[in-house]
Amino acid sequence: MLQVGLYHFLVLSGLLFSLGIFAVLTRKNAILVLMGIELILNSANINFIAFAKYGNFGFSGQMVALFVIILAAAEAAVALAIVLNIYKNFNTVHVDEIDGLKD
Amino acid sequence: MQLYDIIFYLFALITLASALIVVSSKNIVYSAFSLLFTFFGVAGIYVLLNADFIAVVQLIVYVGGILILIIFGVMLTSKITDVQIKSESIQILPATIAVGIFAGILTASLLKTDWRVAFPASHDQTIFTIGRQLITGYVLPFELAGIVLLIALIGSVMIARKERS
Amino acid sequence: MNETLLLQLSAIILFLPLLGFVLLIFFGKRIPKAHAVENFLIFVGLVLSIIVAFGKISFFNDQKIVYEFQWLSFGNIPLIGYTGIKFGIMLDNVTVLMQFVVMLISFVVHLFSVKYMEGDLRYTRYFAYLGIFTFSMLGIVVTHNFLMMYIFWELVGLSSYLLIGFWFEKKSASDAAKKAFIVNRIGDIGFFLGILILYVNYRTFSFNEIFTQISLGNLPFGSSAWLTASGILIFCGAVGKSAQFPLHVWLPDAMEGPTPVSALIHAATMVAAGVYLIAKVFVMLTADALLVIAYIGAITAFISATIAITQNDIKKVLAYSTVSQLGYMIMALGVGAYTVAFFHLVTHAFFKACLFLGSGSVIHAMHHEQDIRYLGGLRKKMPYTYYTFLISTLAISGVPFTSGFLSKDGILGGTLAFANLTGYWLLPIIGFLVASLTAFYMFRLVILTFHGEARDRHKFEHAHESPATMVLPLAILAVLSIFIFYTPNPFNADAGWFTKWVKTPSTIVPQNQAFGFMIKESGEHSEDIVAHSLQYTEALHHAHSQAMYISLLVAGLGILFAFVIYQWRKISADNLAQKLKPLYNFSLNKWYFDELYDKTAVTFTIVLSRISAWFDAKIIDGIVDGTASLTRVSAFGTGKFDNVVIDGFVNFTAYFTGFFGLIFRRLQTGKVQTYLVMVLSGLVILFFILRSL
Repeated sequence: MLQVGLYHFLVLSGLLFSLGIFAVLTRKNAILVLMGIELILNSANINFIAFAKYGNFGFSGQMVALFVIILAAAEAAVALAIVLNIYKNFNTVHVDEIDGLKD
Repeated sequence: MQLYDIIFYLFALITLASALIVVSSKNIVYSAFSLLFTFFGVAGIYVLLNADFIAVVQLIVYVGGILILIIFGVMLTSKITDVQIKSESIQILPATIAVGIFAGILTASLLKTDWRVAFPASHDQTIFTIGRQLITGYVLPFELAGIVLLIALIGSVMIARKERS
Repeated sequence: MNETLLLQLSAIILFLPLLGFVLLIFFGKRIPKAHAVENFLIFVGLVLSIIVAFGKISFFNDQKIVYEFQWLSFGNIPLIGYTGIKFGIMLDNVTVLMQFVVMLISFVVHLFSVKYMEGDLRYTRYFAYLGIFTFSMLGIVVTHNFLMMYIFWELVGLSSYLLIGFWFEKKSASDAAKKAFIVNRIGDIGFFLGILILYVNYRTFSFNEIFTQISLGNLPFGSSAWLTASGILIFCGAVGKSAQFPLHVWLPDAMEGPTPVSALIHAATMVAAGVYLIAKVFVMLTADALLVIAYIGAITAFISATIAITQNDIKKVLAYSTVSQLGYMIMALGVGAYTVAFFHLVTHAFFKACLFLGSGSVIHAMHHEQDIRYLGGLRKKMPYTYYTFLISTLAISGVPFTSGFLSKDGILGGTLAFANLTGYWLLPIIGFLVASLTAFYMFRLVILTFHGEARDRHKFEHAHESPATMVLPLAILAVLSIFIFYTPNPFNADAGWFTKWVKTPSTIVPQNQAFGFMIKESGEHSEDIVAHSLQYTEALHHAHSQAMYISLLVAGLGILFAFVIYQWRKISADNLAQKLKPLYNFSLNKWYFDELYDKTAVTFTIVLSRISAWFDAKIIDGIVDGTASLTRVSAFGTGKFDNVVIDGFVNFTAYFTGFFGLIFRRLQTGKVQTYLVMVLSGLVILFFILRSL
């Protein structure tokens, strides 16, 4: 089983995804939450490209990965703008202190 | 064990280890730097999967763009000299349990599924093919992506502006 | 001239006074000279009624013109079939004559009232009331069915109530109005029951249809006793309206109303409605019913004549005289003298209205002095009033060359013939006695009022003849009291038009239920409309001359006594009264009828209502109160149940929810990451659940 195949890539992506989720769930700092999201996106990209290679889908996986990267860039820009805004309003970027949803 | 396998394990190790640091480090700057290595590792994996163009884009966009952006964010929202730069975690126990079980389920189901694997196709001219695809089959998403980027640009500027008149 | 036109004119005559009433009651204040409008409408009605009467009698003599329409339809009722109520108008000779009489009297009274009521607070309302009275009276006259007659009957009662109580500020007037209304109601109950007996059996109110059924031998409930009963019950209505014994007590009290009203309602028209009713149903009355009617009429005539002798109020004398004359008419109907009864109704209407209006003229001149002991000597001051009054008095007393002589003679002849054939001799004896008494008290009235010396000099000085609009009606009515309008032969009414036009209808009751002489003989008289036997015709002829001589004698005696006592004062009236003290008091106090009714009927009613009130207050209220307390107690119980059990349950639910809310609210931290943990946990759980499936 040491012969690297599809399963290896999939397990790698799954673990990376779990780590990203963990970051999103546990980190106080909004920027770290963002980093978790980037991890998740990367794990998804690994999946796409792995199937582009091993599945019979032609080039579509790579194309989607490309667009994911594009959107990730846009998302990062917007998310950071939001974080800055939150910081301006609440003077903190700690997600646990922003609990306006409770009211 | 061939060279390909060794390289894969190497990159996988880099990726996962740095990601673990990202997730667990108390210092937000360390996390940011570890993220750099994660991206590198992922780019390496891309190369292993015959996606050399995506790997390059990954390096340029993620490392050169997003990561810099994140570091800017860190600097803008944290006072470097302050203890605030240290970012602790919350609800580690429930999150660990939940994520642990989730990871187990995910890995198990990935492994148990019988993927219909085709023989690895070799793509020699990835850049050429991607370029062709972008202006033929994917021209609409391509244009949309351009618009999305523009909107994101304007939107984030609008949101992050200091004063709203 | 055709039937439709006559019917239309009759309908117009009927509704003209109603129009006047509506105009005056709603717009009376805004119409200048409102009374003139009403008078004009009545005058138009009078002219039309003359046209109708001539048209009907000239072109359709002996014919009944009927128009009817379905007023209510009850549909198909089980066991009865299709049924409904029809309204309509029926014109026969009696109807058109009565219509004319009503309109004429109504018109002269309207005319008279213009000056008499001048300056009254409710001047236009008075004329409006006259209008509605005329309308209802005409309704009674022209109707072709019992139901409509009953409706107008009650309307007449209502308008009479309004007019008697016109000066309701006076307690005596409002009391009299109430008395009249209530006493009338007692009679009307009988009337209504009689109508119901007929309706239950024949499912129709129409006179003609009912009479047809009876003539076919179809008796109510198959028994002639019921026919008699219905006849007597309908007669009860007439007893009330025509002030017959024992319900005559309201009419003298009704003199509290304005005097023209007394002339219109309580002398000429409304009280004649009872007589008219009996005339309408005459054909269905059995011998028993007729006998009851005759005796009631005779008793009434006698009682009221004796009372009239001693009364001192000019209007009271006339009132009792009216009751007495109505008794005559009823008696005449009872003995089968249908034609003369109606004839007397017409002549009496004219001369009695004249007498009442004359008394009104006197009262007007003497500033509402009504007591004849304080009048006197007015002959010179009020010559027109005096002569018209005198002519009418002669008429009512039955002096030759007057209409009263003709009709009264006819009635007395009728009773005499009746007694000859059946042996009821009490009736003619009472009749002649009453004729004598009538002559006496009427001349007493004339002498005390107009002859001799004035007994109240002060008022006498201010007395004056009434204005032309008051004298003219008197003159019209007085002239109509002369024989020439009715017959060319002053001693025999049969020569005149009246008996030609108003003929006694044939009785339709089974032969064994009718007086023998009233049954029409088959054979040679079959084409003759006269409805009785040859034997009766002969008896009538024979009785006629007898009656004339006797009535002349008794009337002459009565007049003579009146002159002896009051004019020449040969016999002192006071001494006579002293000697016959008990009789005098008995008469003066009206036979103590009011006291009797007070002690019996009124007391009984009051006791009964006290008992009812007690029953109401104690038993009914007790039950109601008991129910209330019961409800309160049960409400208290249910209230407790509500507060403790229901509220407890509700509160427990709320508490339960609140309790768990307190626990679960901790989950709601408001932190996104907590939620995400839960989402993840949910995902995991979902995975296991789906897997286990």
